[in-house]
This record gives sequence, structure tokens and C-alpha cells, in this order.
Amino acid sequence: MLGMSANSVSYNEQGSVESGVDAAQENSSIPASISGGGAAFSLFSADCKKNEDLKEMLESNKESLKLEAMKRIVGLIAKGKNAYELFPAVVKNVASKNIELKKLVYVYLVRYAEEQQDLALLSISTFQRALKDPNQLIRASALRVLSSIRVPIIVPIMMLAIKEAATDLSPYVRKTAAHAIQKLYSLDPDQKEHLIEVIEKLLKDKSTLVAGSVVMAFEEVCPDRIDLIHKNYRKLCNLLVDVEEWGQVVIIHMLTRYARTQFVSPWREDAVFDENSEKTFYDSEGRRVDQSKPYIMDPDHRLLLRNTKPLLQSRNTAVVMAVSQLYWHLAPKHELSIITKSLVRLLRSHREVQYIVLQNIATMSIQRKGMFEPFMKSFYVRSTDATHIKTLKLEILTNLANEANISTILRELQTYVKSQDKAFAAATIQAIGRCATNISEVTDTCLNGLVLLLSNRDETVVAESVVVIKKLLQTQPSQHSDIIKHMAKLFDSITVPMARASILWLMGEYCEHVPKNAPDVLRKMAKTFISEEDIVKLQTVNLAAKLYLSNSKQTKLLTQYILNLGKYDQNYDIRDRTRFIRQLIVPNEKSGALSRYARRILMAPKPAPVLQSAFKDRDRFQLGTLSHTLNSQSNGYLELSDWPAVAPDQSVRIVEVVKEAGAPLLGKSKPGKSAEKFYSDSEEEEEEEGSSSEDSSSSSSEESESESESEENSDDSNKSSSSESDSEKKKKTLKNKKLQQQKPDSKDRYWSHSKALLLFIMTKFFSIHIVLAFSNQFVANCRCSLLCLCVFLACQFDAVSWHVRVSLQASFPVFVPETSHELLHRMTGKGLSAQYRFTRQPCIYGNSMVSLQLTLSNSSDQALENIHISEKSSTGQNIHRFNAIERLEPQASVTVSMGVDFNDSTQAANFQLCTKEDELSVVSIQPAVGELLLPITMTEADFTKEQGKLLGMNESSATITMTPENISSQSVNRKVVSVANLGVIPSRILLSVSL
Amino acid sequence: MIHSLFLINNAGDLFLEKHWKSVISRSVCDYFFEAREKAVEPDNVPPVIRTPHHYLINIYREKIFFVSVIQTEVPPLFVIEFLHRVAETFQDYFGECSETTIKDNVVIVYELLEEMLDNGFPLATESNILKELIRPPTILRSMVNTITGSSNVGETLPTGQLSNIPWRRAGVKYTNNEAYFDVVEEIDAILDKSGTTVFAEIQGVIDACVKLSGMPDLTLSFMNPRLLDDVSFHPCVRYKRWESERVISFIPPDGNFQLMSYHISAQNLVAIPIYVKQNISFFETGSSGRLDIAVGPKQTMGKTVECLVVTVHMPKVVLSANLSATQGTYNYDPVTKILLWDIGKLNPQKLPNLKGSLSLQSGAPKPEENPSLNIDLKIQQLAISGLKVNRLDMYGEKYKPFKGVKYVTKAGKFQQRLSEWLLVHTEV
Repeated sequence: MLGMSANSVSYNEQGSVESGVDAAQENSSIPASISGGGAAFSLFSADCKKNEDLKEMLESNKESLKLEAMKRIVGLIAKGKNAYELFPAVVKNVASKNIELKKLVYVYLVRYAEEQQDLALLSISTFQRALKDPNQLIRASALRVLSSIRVPIIVPIMMLAIKEAATDLSPYVRKTAAHAIQKLYSLDPDQKEHLIEVIEKLLKDKSTLVAGSVVMAFEEVCPDRIDLIHKNYRKLCNLLVDVEEWGQVVIIHMLTRYARTQFVSPWREDAVFDENSEKTFYDSEGRRVDQSKPYIMDPDHRLLLRNTKPLLQSRNTAVVMAVSQLYWHLAPKHELSIITKSLVRLLRSHREVQYIVLQNIATMSIQRKGMFEPFMKSFYVRSTDATHIKTLKLEILTNLANEANISTILRELQTYVKSQDKAFAAATIQAIGRCATNISEVTDTCLNGLVLLLSNRDETVVAESVVVIKKLLQTQPSQHSDIIKHMAKLFDSITVPMARASILWLMGEYCEHVPKNAPDVLRKMAKTFISEEDIVKLQTVNLAAKLYLSNSKQTKLLTQYILNLGKYDQNYDIRDRTRFIRQLIVPNEKSGALSRYARRILMAPKPAPVLQSAFKDRDRFQLGTLSHTLNSQSNGYLELSDWPAVAPDQSVRIVEVVKEAGAPLLGKSKPGKSAEKFYSDSEEEEEEEGSSSEDSSSSSSEESESESESEENSDDSNKSSSSESDSEKKKKTLKNKKLQQQKPDSKDRYWSHSKALLLFIMTKFFSIHIVLAFSNQFVANCRCSLLCLCVFLACQFDAVSWHVRVSLQASFPVFVPETSHELLHRMTGKGLSAQYRFTRQPCIYGNSMVSLQLTLSNSSDQALENIHISEKSSTGQNIHRFNAIERLEPQASVTVSMGVDFNDSTQAANFQLCTKEDELSVVSIQPAVGELLLPITMTEADFTKEQGKLLGMNESSATITMTPENISSQSVNRKVVSVANLGVIPSRILLSVSL
Repeated sequence: MIHSLFLINNAGDLFLEKHWKSVISRSVCDYFFEAREKAVEPDNVPPVIRTPHHYLINIYREKIFFVSVIQTEVPPLFVIEFLHRVAETFQDYFGECSETTIKDNVVIVYELLEEMLDNGFPLATESNILKELIRPPTILRSMVNTITGSSNVGETLPTGQLSNIPWRRAGVKYTNNEAYFDVVEEIDAILDKSGTTVFAEIQGVIDACVKLSGMPDLTLSFMNPRLLDDVSFHPCVRYKRWESERVISFIPPDGNFQLMSYHISAQNLVAIPIYVKQNISFFETGSSGRLDIAVGPKQTMGKTVECLVVTVHMPKVVLSANLSATQGTYNYDPVTKILLWDIGKLNPQKLPNLKGSLSLQSGAPKPEENPSLNIDLKIQQLAISGLKVNRLDMYGEKYKPFKGVKYVTKAGKFQQRLSEWLLVHTEV
């Protein structure tokens, strides 16, 4: 370009005799006047000029001009044009008050900061200031931009900002922090350890807003740290429905991987599938699922499957696919069918979606035909489908073919052969071939059909038919010599190399069936050998060799001629093959022993090829992944591990769930009615309630009345009850196993031989109905020394009886046990020992709390400082901590009181005692059931009245051991009350529990 | 996740690029162009393309290729679904998603893309939130903006993103509170030559236009919910209520949205509203053929069939068509080989008919392949499945809204095959 303009200048100078002034004028007009290269030059200069005025606009005082300039700059960026020389002018506006201007500057900054690192640093202080802004959205956007500026020097600043944002009060800012983690990690992988700490913190977050983003960060930074998930597993499962759709996809994929490392395979022959397997699990708490026992699904495994199921109804196809792959990889085989409908539904979506979904269905349909067979017609091809969609549908149809539906499928395939799309027609012919080999009943029909296609006018169709027929014939060549002859006749008209090669191979392989045609074909080939494609040449050499061995009289010369041609071929494969064949078949002194076996080598019977799906080995990849789509491992693909033979410790997941009120016994947390979870559901709870009421109604008649009432009122109670109500209902599902075993006895007999001791207590919130039931005969018969104590805690929530309950005043405990229990031994406590005692006084810290007295003593020789209960170790029960003890002298002891809300369960409360120096081990307090009761005095009439109002029961069970010799009702009573830590009061007042 | 996005038009011009991480040179698109060339038809471009260092996942929509660049493993549907969401957002903002509108609104497009992804991970994709962040352009506003220099970016920051109902913005106010629902059903069918149903199903959607003040909580129930075989919902719908009571309970987004889509499968009998009698034949000699198509009503439930269009994909050798139609107009495009007969309203008294001769490329053999016939139609005030909305209740707000439900049935992928079974006369 410059050269040209220079030329024209010199041309002007040479050609003109005018003055230098004129020449200078010419010069100045060049950019405008000359064409071609000149035009580009002028464009370039215009660009320069434009940028100049952009700079001016940016530096002006008018907001509107600045905005206009920025808009044009963004336009340049969008087109991929360079605007980086404007950086200094743009970066000045980073602190602008105008929101749109500011945003556009951000866009620019993120795009060019990497190239202008020094100047970019000028903007950092603005963001640092904004990070402290009271408005959460400004904090978030500052963090977003700050972390998007890929300038290594600010890594420490970013790290600090992320750490701070991770503890921000606003979930939106925390979400942004989760995104920033990935950005920082890609900028500086050395920060990994620090970032994992932040991820760990954010994983504990309960906001649905954060969950998806932090799991994404987890997947990118430390996908192998599966241990971080344990404690958050149940929370993630429960939050899933409320997480935004993109987060759902990421979480589901992560949980799929997690589940494959933590649960045992549900794909077992003897598997027993119990929807309510929680029950069994909790009865045998502590026992591990044994391999020799029938398979029982881990309740956490079930939780995942159950909570993902509704997402099959999502409008987001990626979510539906994610759930489908989760079921495919995790669900018991018989539950798989629920994903079919949803996958078929996705086929109505966009072409690209269809493509991915069909690919996944293709893989699935190989292993499990039955899943998609009822929907076979959904895979029928339309002429308007794109070619790759058609091919995939064809693949699936072929996979689904079986004896029953083959005639329908074949009829369908026939219409496809006539398709205008020739690539698709060819694929159809292959599909017919596959059907023919897989289903022997139709082999002949298919073969005949394919032979008819040999007279088709379209070459691709004919060629494909030849190739497929070749494969089919290998299965039963002797009966089909006429087909081979027919193909020999076609040989002249077929030009597609693969088809020609196939015919040649057939001729050679079955030359004994077509003794007349084969030499003739070879003769023709000798004529055209040089102009053939390589594969055809190779097969010609093969044919020549085979004919030489079987019919050397006719073909000896031809063979030699062809071998000579091959010897000098340009392709070394062909030269090699020729040399090899010559040594093998033409005996000479050098060839040795091998040539004696030539016939057996070349004419060996060959196994028929197995025609199988191209998707056969795709199942090595997790479904729904990019790797599956491409059928090769892509960067960052995370392998799905095999099921472990023995499930790893399942208790690792328990802790978190204790946080949910009352849930620990069930191992399943329920979304509360808090604002966090907007759409939590109560249906499940009702369901459980239903099942529990069934159980209990058969075990005691009194209860059945109250239970049926509770069902009627369940609606009300759902609305009015606090979270405690949920917990109570759940507890009801706790059933004593032994009681259930007794149930088969007819109820009447059972009751007639048993004595019932009813202890009835009202608590402030719950009526407690203790049924002590045992059968002497049962005990004697079984020679069993176990008796069971069933305490039913009944709950009552309808508003009607509320005032009654309020009117019941708590009485003073009749007897207070003096015994205290050891909480912490001085050896484990490094000198600090602790004992606790239930005071049976109303707790001052809260109505629902049980008050405890803690005696701490220092048996070491040094003073202990700052003894307190760790904040973080609390496990769900609401604990009112004692004030930290600043100093405890050696051999001194101090008594403090604390309150624990046991949520009316006998589940132990765990917490951690700490001193200034170190954190001591977790201690636990397990209350006897008696400690949870509130003493109330009432008349028998009141008791009966209250009993009638009972809506439900709570049950807790314990085992007592007795020797069969001294069974008497008294001794049993004694044992029972001591286990429950209750006392019997001899009085007209029925209720007799000392608290 | 999503690294960069390139927009490419049908002619192969790259007219917009956006990067969410470091810049990736646009030369990566060369791999796409290669695949595009190989595919001939834009529809045949494989959605996932592998290049040595990247993966390209693309969608083709409104004559634009949205090509995204991916570097690591990601569920491909995730990206595809997102790209479609981008296209839908453009449509929502600019009325249509085309090269011209995108180029005209490049700043808004850029602002939108910036908000929709953070570091390649979707951030705000709900139309309600986006509209609060970035106001859609209107003629009036763009005029005012040019004069005063004010902006499209929302002054106040959206609250929806922070709430538990991310699809609805706070403080919605209307003077007329109204909620309209359109039940749109499409019949997907494949008929064989004689008109027998090979396969048919109904695909339905309920589109909603809800303009209600405050935070209304709506419940929509059907007369016959058992009809619905398989459903998918907008995230606002409570799954559990549907599972247990078969009612749609939701707090709606503000404005237009698709409430649900459903599927009524082939197992139920699907009514086919019209029949097509056709005879297309080619003579062995003389390079010509005959065409005769007649259309008539079949199961229309007493309603009128409108907007009836018949499309025939002719074999490549057909050069021109000399036909006469008793109703409507026909047009044969010799380039795409598509014969289009626009009939309009179907009059049961006087059935429309199209017949005449076809001329083929001289010397070409009689075409082997069979044309296929696609039908497009519309029936107002009818949901062909028989689905009926029972009632709509509103909780949470005091005012009385205007309510309305409209039904319409359309032909979806409605195809009649014209091939006979020549190949295998199977009696298996």
C-alpha cells in the first residue's frame, strides 16, 4: 500500500515538470485520490481520526458525550476491532456516577486489562472502595469486575476480597465470591489451598443462591476433595428443588459422582426396595448394612433419588438430562423407566437438544431396550430432520429391534431407503444389515430386499447394499451362490471403490461356489488394475492369490500378471502385499515351509463380522457429558467411579442434618417453613404421618382413635404448627421392631395376656403417653429376657385444646435424682473433668429446654483458663452455653448451669468443651426419657379427657435385661421406671411420674 | 464453562464476539467454517465440534449461528440450553432475533451478555431480572436517550435476584389487572400414503400473559388433568402440588412467559383434523409427471380449519410445475424444489384441489426418491386433545383480576409420506 503510493509519487515526479509545491499538493491528496491500497490507507487513517475524537469525547465534561463514546467503543470491541490505545482515557471514567457509563467502562476494563496491566492498576482502588459499599449489589459488582481483571499482581488483593465476601451477610455477594474463586484459581493455581478453605466455608452456606455457584467452584478447583461434601450432602439434596436451574445441573452432576463413591450398588439380584427404608435403618442404627443380607438402600441414596425426581419436570432440558443420567447411574434398574417419558419429551425441543438427547438414548437403548420400546414411534424419522438427527434415530430404532417388533421396524426402514438424503439412505441399509444379523428370523427377507436394491439407480445405495450383503453372506455363503453371481454381473456398473472391493473379496472367498464367474472378474480386473483405488487393488491381489490356489489352471498367468503390476505400484502397501503373496503362493526354494500352508492361510474360514452399534462402547463415559457426545475423553472429564464393594462410613453425613429440628432420628432433614425455602413441601410429611398412623392403630386401640383424629386435623396442624410439629410427626414413624414382631398375634389375645401400665403425663407441648406392654406368656415362651418399653409421646396441636393445656400447671418434681453422670474424664480432658446432673427444675433459658448442672473440676496441677463450649461444635440441638470460666485453679471445681433443647428426643446432644489452650474432645449428654417430661398433676377425669384429645404419639424404646427366673410385674416395673428414670407415685392421681 | 461467544450469519460473516475469560482469537472459528462448508445445509452442522484446543458448541437460530467456545468438560445440553436462552432474550428485547437488530442494539446486546454470564457461568437469565437491569429499547426511549443522553441501564438495582422468587420483580403495579392463558396444541403426525396414522401425538403449551399487581399466588386447575401424559413447568410452578392434586399452583413472573408444556402421547387416540388425497406420479418417458392433491376435513370437531398450507418437497429433477388450484395460490421454487400451496380457510362444501403437470430435467431418469408432504393448519377455539381449563383462583391479593383462556390447535410436524413399500414385502 505504501509502496504503491510511493510509486505514484515518483511517477508524478518523473512525469511532471511542475514545481515542488505542486508535488507537495499531489502528495497530500494521495490518500483520498488513489484506489485499491489507497482506500485501505484512507480507512485506516479515518479509524485513527475516529479514535482521536473518541478520546476527546471521553475527556470532555459532558456525560452524554462520554456515554456516546463508550457506546461506540463497545461497538468496536463487539466487532473484534482493536481499541486498546484508548485505555488511559477510558480508565479515568471508572469512578463515574453514571451507572451505564460505569458499566461500559467495566466491560472495556475486563477486555483490555490483561494487555495494559500497569494502567489497569489505577482502577483497583476504586473497586476496593466499592467492596465496602453498604449496597450489596455494588459490593457484588465490584468483586465481579475486580476478579475478572486478569492481572497477576493483584492476586493478594483478590484473595482478600474473596475471603471477605465469603462471609458477607448478603447471599448475592457470597455467590459472587464463589464465582471469583474460579477466576482466581485460573489466574494463579498456587492459591488452591486458600481457595479450598473458602469453598469449604461456602459449602456450608444454606442459601439456594450460593449452592450452585459454590459447587461449580468445587468442581473446578478441588473435585477430588469429596470429603468436603459429606456434611453438606443432605442439605444439598434438600435445597436442590429451590436452586436456580443452572446450579441444579452442576449439583446433580457432582452428586452423581459423590453417590458412586459412597453407596453400594443397587443393581443386585436380591435387592429389596423399600421406599421407607429409613425405618429399618434407624432401628439398627450403628449396624452396618451387611453384604450377606439382602440389599437395603442407604436412606441418603434414596433421598437423592427422591429429591431429584421432580426435576424431571423442569423446563430446562439440561436439568432433565442431568436427572436422567443420575437415575441411569444410580437408580435401581426397575426405577429407571420414569426417565423415559421425560427424555422422549425433550425430542420436541430444538435440533441441537435432540441431537444430544438422541445420543444418550442411543447409548441407553443398547443396554436396556425395554426402556424405550413403548416409545419406538417417537424415533420415526421425518424427512425434515437434519441428517445427524436421522442417523441417530435410525441407530436407536435398530437397537430397539427384536423379534416382536421387527416387521414394524423393517417396514419403517424401507421408507427411509427411498429418502432423498443419500447419506441417510446408506445408513438405513446398514441398519437393515444389522437387523438381519441380530434377528435370524428376518435374515433371508432382509437379504432378498437388499439384493433388490442392487438394481437401484443410485450408486451410493447400491454400493452400501453390496457392502452389507457381503457381511451378511459370510454367515451362510453356500445357499447364496446366485446372489454372488448376481453381484459379479453388477461388477462392471459399480464404481464405488468400497463396493468393488467387497465384491472382489466375495469372489475370492467363495470362488468355489462361483467357479465360472470368478476367473472372469479377475480377467477384467487385470485390464483396469492400474486405474483402480488402493483398496480395490489390494482385494484384486487377494482374489488372484485365492484363485491361483483353487483354480491355478485357468488363472496362473493372470495372477502372475497382476502380481507384476502390484510389484511396481506406487503404493508401498500394495507392493508389500504383492511381495508377501508371491512368496506365499508361488513355491520356490526360499519360501520354505510357509507356502505349504498357503491354502490354509488364505482360505481359512473366517468368522462373520459382528455388526454392532457405534454406541456400543460409549457407556464408558458418564451420560450427558461432553466426553460422551464426542466419544473421547475431554479436558477436565471426571471419571465416574465404580460402586464400592462395601459402603464407606455413612455416619459422616449425619452431623449437618441434626441442625434440622428433630430430624436426627430420621436422618432426613425436612425443609422448614422458613423464608429461605420458599417452596418447601408438606406432602411428604403427611405421607409419612399416614403410614405411621396405620402402624400404631394396629398396636393399640386408644391410639387408633387419636390417630384418625390427627389425620383429619393434619391440615390445620400443618398450618399452625411450628417446626416442632414436624419433628414430632416424624418421630412417630419410629417403631419398635419387637413390637411389630408381636403384632401378628391376634390383638385380643395379645392384650389379654399382657398387662398395661399407663403413665400419662402432660408436658407443656406434648402429652406423653407411656404404654408399658409386655406379655408374661410371651416372655416365658420365648425364654427371652428382653422386654420392651414403649413410650409414646403424643402430640396435640389443634387450637381447640390449647387453652386446656395452658391451664395445666406444671407441678414440682416429687423426686430429684441426686446421681450425676460423668461427662468428661480427667484423662481425656487433660486435667479437666466434668460431671452433669439433671436438675429437674424449669429451665430459665427457654421453655423447651432441659436444665442441666455441670460440675467442672481441675485435677491437673496448672490453672485452666477460658473454659467454654465451642461455638462451632454444636450439633443441631439448641444449646444455651454457660458463660466462659475465665480461670479454674488446680484442684478447684465450679458448678455452672446450662440448657439443652433435646427436641423431645432421646438423641444425645453433642458439644465440645474448650479451654484456652486446646479444644477437647466432643462430649455427649444422653437424657433418659424421664428427663424430657414435665410433671403435671391432674385428676383421673382430666386425664381421660386429655387422653381422648391425643392426636398422635411419640415413641421411644429401650431394652432391659432380666433373668427369666425372677420375672414379676413388680420387677419389670422397677426396671422400666429405672431405665426411663421415672418414679412411681402411689396416689389417686393416675399420673405418677417424678421429674 | 462458556469461554467465548461468536455470532456468525448465514453468509459466514462473524459480526459479534464476546469473551468472558481471556480473549480467544476468532481464528478458532475456522474449524466451524470448515464444518459449515461440509454440512452444505446449515441444519446439518454438527452441534458439537472438536478442535485441537477447544470445543465449539453451536446452535443455529433465526439464520444466525451462535458459536460458543468451551475449554473443559461441561454437559453439552447446558451450553445449548443457555445459547437458546440468549436467543430468546434477544427476541424478547428486540422483537426479533436477527443480525440487523443485534447490530443495531449492539450495546444492549453486550450489556445483556455481560449480565447473563459471569466467568462463563449463568448469572441472570430470567427475563424479569434482566429487564430491571437493562431496560428494553422502545422507539420513544431511544429518541429520548439520544437527546438527553440518559441510559437504558436501570437506575435502581433489581430486587428479584436477591429474593426467593427470582422470576418476579417486586412492586409490580397495574391499573388493569389481567391474566390471560393461551392453550396451544400442536399435532405431530406421520401419515402414510393412504392417510393412515403411522404415528401421532399432541404437544401442548400454555402461554401466559399475566399482568397482576403485587405478589399474586395463582392456582390453575383443569377439568381433565388426567389427559396430560407428561408435563414440564416453568420454575415458578410447585411440583408437589401437581403431583398430589393435579393443579398448577404458582406465583407468576410478570408479563409473558410459558407456564407449562405437555405431551399427550401416541397411546391415546389423536384426532387428525384433515385428510389429504394425493397422487404424484412420474412417467417413464417424456420427462414429465402428474400431480393431483385434494384436501378435506376429517375430525375438526365442528370448527373451521384455517391457514391451511400444503408443502411438497419435490425430487431434484423436477424443473417446473404447471398446475391449477381451485382455491388459494401455489408457488413452485425451482431452487429449493419446494411446492407451496397456500389454501387458506377450508370450505367443507367446496373442497380445494390442485392438479396439473410437472416437467422434469430432460433426459433424467424417473426419480427414485419419494417426495413428502407437509401440512400446516390452524383451528381456533379448539384444543384437539379436549383439554379444558376449569378455573383460575388467586390468593394473596385483594383485587379481582380479568381472566381469560384461549384455545388454538395447530399442525406441528405434520407429515404425509408418499412412498409405497417397494423394497421388502415382508411377511415375517
